[in-house]
Amino acid sequence: MGSDVTSFASLAPIFPEMAIAIGAVVLLLVGVVINKERSIGISYAAIVLLLVVAALTMFQGQDGILFNGTFIADGFSRYMKALVLGGSAFALMLALPNAVEQGVHKFEYAVLVLLATLGMMMMVSANDLMTLYVGLELQSLALYVVAAIKRDDSRATEAGLKYFVLGALSSGMLLYGASMVYGFTGTTNLPAILAQITAEGRSIGLIFGLVFLLAGVAFKISAVPFHMWTPDVYEGAPTPVTALFATAPKVAAMALMVRLVSNTFAPIAHDWQQILIFLSIASMVLAAFAAIGQKSIKRLIAYSSIGHVGFALVGLSAANQGGVEGVAIYMAIYVTMTIGMFACLLSLRTENGEIENIEDFAGVAQTRPYVAAIMAVVMFSLIGMPPLAGFFAKWHVFLAAIDAQLYLLAVIGVLASAVSAFYYLRIVKLMYFDEPRQTFAAVPNELGIIMGISGFLLVTYYFTVGGALAGVAHMAAGSLF
Amino acid sequence: MGLEIGLGHYLTVAAILFTLGVFGIFLNRKNVIIILMSVELILLAVNLNFVAFSAALNDLQGQVFALLILTVAAAEAAIGLAILVIFYRNRGSIAVDDVNMMKG
Repeated sequence: MGSDVTSFASLAPIFPEMAIAIGAVVLLLVGVVINKERSIGISYAAIVLLLVVAALTMFQGQDGILFNGTFIADGFSRYMKALVLGGSAFALMLALPNAVEQGVHKFEYAVLVLLATLGMMMMVSANDLMTLYVGLELQSLALYVVAAIKRDDSRATEAGLKYFVLGALSSGMLLYGASMVYGFTGTTNLPAILAQITAEGRSIGLIFGLVFLLAGVAFKISAVPFHMWTPDVYEGAPTPVTALFATAPKVAAMALMVRLVSNTFAPIAHDWQQILIFLSIASMVLAAFAAIGQKSIKRLIAYSSIGHVGFALVGLSAANQGGVEGVAIYMAIYVTMTIGMFACLLSLRTENGEIENIEDFAGVAQTRPYVAAIMAVVMFSLIGMPPLAGFFAKWHVFLAAIDAQLYLLAVIGVLASAVSAFYYLRIVKLMYFDEPRQTFAAVPNELGIIMGISGFLLVTYYFTVGGALAGVAHMAAGSLF
Repeated sequence: MGLEIGLGHYLTVAAILFTLGVFGIFLNRKNVIIILMSVELILLAVNLNFVAFSAALNDLQGQVFALLILTVAAAEAAIGLAILVIFYRNRGSIAVDDVNMMKG
C-alpha cells in the first residue's frame, strides 16, 4: 500500500490537528521554563491558538481523506471541529478569573485542554475504528486528569476517580463493539464497513457490535441509562472544568455518534433507530423529573445537559438529512447557551467563594441586574421559548422527527420540555421575585463580555446568525448523505 | 480425534472475561484497585477478540488494533493509579464505599 502523503501540501486536511498538537507541545515546553506567576499566559496563548484554528478550519479548511483512509476532513467534520475548538476556547476563557481559587491556574490545565481538544478533533474526523478509538482515548485520558486538576480538593479527586472508572468502562464497551464489528465485516475502515453492510446485509454479530458501540458512545454523551457519572462529576469538578465537560466533549462525542449511525450504519437504520429513540426518550424524561428535586446548581446543570442530549438525539433518531442538520444546529446553540450559563454562574461570587445552591440565586436581579438578565435569557432559551435560539434548536429536531413520522417521540419531547420549564423558571423566579440574602463581588470583565456575546446571540439568533448557521449546518449534513 | 479449538471458543472465552470484568466493576464493594484490574480484564478480553478475529479472517488490521489497545491500556492504568494516589492523599482510604461525597 503506497502512502497518500506525497508532500507537505498534501497534509492540508490535517493542518488543524497539526497546529493544535504542535501548539500543545510548545506551550508545555514554555510552561516548564517560565516563572510560575506568569503561567496564566499559557492559557491566553492556548485561547488564541484555539480561536485562530477554529476560524481557519471553518473558512479555509481543506477536505480530503488521508493515511490510507483512516482520517477524513469533510464539511461535517469541519463544522463540528469549529464548534469543538470554539467550545474549548470559551471554556478556557471562563477559567481565567479566579483561576487560583478554582485550581486551574497551572499551565498544565491549558496544555491538557489542548490535548483533549486534539483528541476530540480526531474523533470528529475519524474514518476508521482505530482512529476513532485513539482519538476518544486521547480526549478521555486528558479529561480524567483535568477533572482532578484541583488535586488537594477531595470532591474534585472523587469526581476524577468516578469519571475515570466509568470512562474506562465505556471505552471497554466501545472496544468490544468495535471488535465485533471488525469480526463480522472483516474491516475497521468505516466506508468499507458501510460497503460490506450494503452488500451483505445485517448479521446478529454485527447488531451485537453496533449495540456495544452505541452504548460506549452514549456514555460519553451521557444519555440515560449511561448518565450516572454526570451529576457527580459535574458537581465535584471545579466549575470552569464543568463548563468544559458540558460543551466540547459532548459535541465531539455527538459528532462521532452522528457519523457512525447516519453514515457507516445507515443501511441498518431500522436497528439503531430503536436504540436511539429509547436513549432519547429516557434522557428527556428522566432529566426533566430528576432535575426538579436538585439543590446544587451544578447538579441541576448536569441534568439539564442530559435532557438536551435527549433532545438532540430526537433529531438523530429521525435518520434523515434534516435530522442531522437539526443535531448540528442544536449542538451549536447548546454550546452557546451552556457557555452563557456558566459565565453567569462563575460571575456570582460571595465572600465565601462561588455560589453552590440554587437558593443562592435569590434576589440577584436587585444586586446584579445585568447577570440576572442574561441568566434569564439563557433559562428561557433552554426552555425553548420563541424567539430565542433554544426554540429554533428544538424546532429543527422536532420537525425532522415529524418528517420521519416519529410523532410519539416528538410529543414526548415537547411534554418533557414543558416539565423542564419548571426548574428553569424556578431560577428566574428566585432571581426576580425573592429578596437578596447576600452581596456579590463585582463581575470580572472577561465574564461580562462572554455573557454579553452569548446573550446577544441567543436573543437575536433569528435575525443575525440563524440563517447563516442553518446554511452551514445544511452543507455539513449534506456531506454525510 | 481431539477437540478442534475454533473461533467460537476464543469468542466465548473473551465474552466470559468481558462479563467478569463488567461484574467486577459493579459488584465489587471493597477496593478501587480491583476496579482497575477489572478494567484491564475488559481490555484483555477485547484484545483476545481482535486477535482471534484477525487470525480467522487472515487479516492483519485486528492485530494492529490489539497493539494500539495494549498501549492505551498502559497509559490508562498509569492515569488511573495517579488519580487513585491523589484520592488516597485526600481521604486516607481507597475503599469503594468511601467514594461517596456526592450523591443525589
